[in-house]
Amino acid sequence: MLKDLLKETIWSLSANKVRSGLTILGIVIGIASVIALVAIGQGAQNSIEKNIEAIGSNLIMISPGAQRIGGINQGGGSAQSLTVEDAEAIKNEIENVKAVAPTVTKRSQITAKGNNTNTQVIGTTEDYLIVRNVAIDSGSFFSQQQMKGSAKVAVIGPTTRDDLFGAEIDPVGKIIRINKMDFTVIGMTITKGGSGFNNQDDVVYVPLTTAQHYLSGDEYVNSISVAASDQNSMTAVQEQISTLLLARHKISDPADADFSMMNQNDIIATATSITGTFTILLSSIAGISLLVGGIGIMNMMLTTVTERTREIGLRKAVGIRKLYINLQFLAEAVILTFLGGALGIVLGWIMSLLVTRFISSLTTSISLSSIFLAFGVSAGVGIVFGFYPARRAANLSPIEALRYE
Amino acid sequence: MIVCKNLTKTYINGDVTTNALANVSFSIEKGEFVSIIGPSGSGKSTLMHIIGALDTPTSGEYSLDGKEVSKLSDDELSDLRRDKIGFVFQSFNLLPRTTVLRNVMLPLLYTNTTKKEREERAEQSLQYAGMEKDKFMNLSNQLSGGQMQRVAIARALINNPAIILADEPTGNLDTKTSHLVMSALQELNKKGHTIILITHEMDVADYANRIIHIRDGMIEKDEINIPNDHKI
Repeated sequence: MLKDLLKETIWSLSANKVRSGLTILGIVIGIASVIALVAIGQGAQNSIEKNIEAIGSNLIMISPGAQRIGGINQGGGSAQSLTVEDAEAIKNEIENVKAVAPTVTKRSQITAKGNNTNTQVIGTTEDYLIVRNVAIDSGSFFSQQQMKGSAKVAVIGPTTRDDLFGAEIDPVGKIIRINKMDFTVIGMTITKGGSGFNNQDDVVYVPLTTAQHYLSGDEYVNSISVAASDQNSMTAVQEQISTLLLARHKISDPADADFSMMNQNDIIATATSITGTFTILLSSIAGISLLVGGIGIMNMMLTTVTERTREIGLRKAVGIRKLYINLQFLAEAVILTFLGGALGIVLGWIMSLLVTRFISSLTTSISLSSIFLAFGVSAGVGIVFGFYPARRAANLSPIEALRYE
Repeated sequence: MIVCKNLTKTYINGDVTTNALANVSFSIEKGEFVSIIGPSGSGKSTLMHIIGALDTPTSGEYSLDGKEVSKLSDDELSDLRRDKIGFVFQSFNLLPRTTVLRNVMLPLLYTNTTKKEREERAEQSLQYAGMEKDKFMNLSNQLSGGQMQRVAIARALINNPAIILADEPTGNLDTKTSHLVMSALQELNKKGHTIILITHEMDVADYANRIIHIRDGMIEKDEINIPNDHKI
C-alpha cells in the first residue's frame, strides 16, 4: 500500500514535469528571496554596528575651547587649555571611568626608504588602546618605560605600512623618519576599516611625551578621550568631568568653559534608531516577499488540484478509497514543498554568498530563524493549499468530480 | 442479479424539487445486455449513477448480487465499484500523459497484488478488449478515440466485474469507430459479461438484447430487442 502510494505520487509528479517544476520554482523563489534579503539586511546591520564600535566604546571626547586673540575667535580646539594633568585628574577623581587617553595630534610628512606619505601622528598613552578599541596585530604598543623616556618608537597603522613598505611586509624593527628624526617601528595595529578622512588605519602612534618633546614642543594636549565604564554612566561621567575641569581651570561660569565635550552616546542613539528603522524596513520587505511567495504557491497548488478534479473523480469511480486519494495529494504537496524548500534554502545561501563576494563592504549573515520562517510558511501554505482542495474534491461524489470542467 | 425496487431520486435546488427518478422498479439478470434509452433529462444518467454505486437513491432499494447498496458507506461503495462494476465513459476519462498499461492497472492500486500480477492482468484485459500489443506502452494522449475507448473497456474489465456500465460510450466517436466499440461490447456480452448501456441514440441501443425506455423519471417501456445485423 505504502509502496503504491509512493510510486503513484512520484509518477504523478514526474508525469507533469512542467507543472511540478513551476510549483517548485514558486516555492524556491519565495524561500530564497526571504533568506537572501534577511541575510543582506543582517549583514548591513552588522557592518553599521561594527563601524560604530570601531570609533571606540562609551567614548567622551574633550577638546580645548576656542582661543581668542585680540577679540578674534580662532575656532574650537585652537586654545591650549588641556594638559596631561587634567587627564590624570579625570582618571583619578571620577568614578566609572575606565580609561583616559590624552592625545597630541599633528599631520606630518613621513619617509622610509625613499617612500613617503603624509599622515596623522598621534601622541598618546597606552589607554588609547582601550578608549579607541585599537588592537595590535604584530609587535607591541609602547611600554611605560618608553613612555617615560620619550623613546623614539612608533606604532603604525596597516595603511601607513602599505604606503611606506608595501603590503604583506612586517614593519616591526624598521626605521621611519618623522620631522627628520628616526623612529623605530615597534608594532602595527589591526585593520579597523573606514576610508578617506576617517581612515583609522592611516596613522602613526608615538608616545605622548615623545610627541610633546619633538613634535608639538609644549605641555598641552589636543584632546582627551575618556571611556566610561558603561553606557549608563556616561551622562554622569560627562557632568563630573565638566565640574572638575571648570574647577581646575578656575572658571565659575560654565558658559565661559575653555573646553568642549562630545559624547558617543549621541552617536549610538542615532545609530540605534537607524538600525531599528532598517530592521523594520527589511522585515517588512521579507514579509511582503513571503506573502507574495505564499500566494504564488497557493495559486499553483489550487490550480493544479482544480485541474485534477476529474482525475480525482476517475480514481473514485474506479473504486479507489478516499483515504488513498487524500494521502496521495498530501504526499505530492509535501514532496513539492520540501523539494522546493531545500532548493530555496540552497539558492538563498548562494545568493547571500555572492553578495558577500561582490560587495566587499557587506558581509551577509544568514540567520537560522529566517530559514525556518521562510520554510515553515511556504511548507505550510503549500501543504494546506495542496491538500485542502484535494480533500474537498475527494469528498465530492465521483460524478460531480468527473463532470468538473 | 440487479434488483431495483421503487427507486426514487429527488434533487432539491433551493425551493425547486426535481424528481429525477420516480418509483422505478426493474431487475437485470446475469449475462444480459441491456440498453437504457431516453432523452436528456429523462433520468437515465441518474439511474446509471445509482446502478454504478456512484450515487445513492433518495428512497427505494437497490441490491447488487444480493447486497443492498443504498445503505453503504463511502468506502464500502468504493470497494463495491472496484470489485463489481466496470465503467466506460463517454469522454474515456483516461489519465493524461500516462501509458496504456498504467491506465488499465489503475483500479488495482492499493490492492494486494504484485506488480507482475497487475501487468499480466492488464495485458490480458487489453487483448480481450482488442487492443494491439505494440500500443501497450503508448501514452494515452497519442491514441485515437476508438483506441482510447478500448483502453477504457480494458480498464473496466480488469477486476472481472459483475457488470460493465457504459455511459454513452460512442458519444465522442464517429459512426465507424462507434460500430467497432459496440461490437466489442457485444463480444464481451457473448463471453458472459453483463452489460448495461446508457444512450439516447436508438442505433446504439439496438446492439442490446433488451431496451428499457425511460422518460420523466419513469420506465415507459421495457422490451426485448433483437439486434439488427450492424454492418458498415
